[in-house]
Amino acid sequence: MVQIVILAGSILCAVQALRSKRLLVSALWLAGTSALVAWLIYLLEAPELAVIELSVGAGLVTVLFVFAIHIAGEEPHALDQALGGKLPRPAAWGLTGLSIILLMVLILPGIGVRTSIPIFLPFAEVLWQQRGLDVLLQVALIFSGILGVLGLLAGSEQPDPDAEKEIS
Amino acid sequence: MTLSLPSVLLVGVFSLFGVGLYGLLAVRNLIKAIVALQIVVKAVLLALVLAGNLRGQVNLAQSLGLTVLVADTVVAVIGLALAVQVRRCLGTLDLHALASLRR
Repeated sequence: MVQIVILAGSILCAVQALRSKRLLVSALWLAGTSALVAWLIYLLEAPELAVIELSVGAGLVTVLFVFAIHIAGEEPHALDQALGGKLPRPAAWGLTGLSIILLMVLILPGIGVRTSIPIFLPFAEVLWQQRGLDVLLQVALIFSGILGVLGLLAGSEQPDPDAEKEIS
Repeated sequence: MTLSLPSVLLVGVFSLFGVGLYGLLAVRNLIKAIVALQIVVKAVLLALVLAGNLRGQVNLAQSLGLTVLVADTVVAVIGLALAVQVRRCLGTLDLHALASLRR
């Protein structure tokens, strides 16, 4: 029962993240979503991933969002960028509904099917031995992420007008 | 008719996915589009763990989820860096303004 309440809370946070006019508030609602999802993952007996989701999803990503919003700034005219713009709302609703129906058609029949006997291997063994290639991929991705952070930091450097005057 | 807990959770995951997808389709602000993308990935992560839990292979699901999480974070970082640069160059975060790149 508590899982359902947490999931409902995370959906509420997600809706608020998209509805809020201010980007900073939106980022904070997203952090709330991440925290609740991490709690739910923990209740689904995946504590290692829950901890990583909480620290990375609710912590690191939120800090990056706040940092980027601080550099980029809020939009001066709040447009109705909260919702409604890129696509007409009926079209967006229709496409979303269609996608969910297609997903349900694909996923729901497979829920009760057990294709293999459950194998209980330790997380470390699965990660380092069975999914070793994934770990290498993660290293490459993290390297790309570092380059992205460098791009973010490069964006924060403001030209010094006094230095420009001296040069001229 | 009573719904089992996994079925209810799956419906919730679909809802979360739907919220994120609708946001991706509807918003015009670049940073808010990244927020919507993050919501979609949260739903996918949850679905992965739920599937692992149902199949009795939680650790495999955790391992795959870790890759998803890393990829998601990197996408967010690169997207935010792109948003900052777009804001500096074009002065706006409006996705419609990016159409000017075509010219």
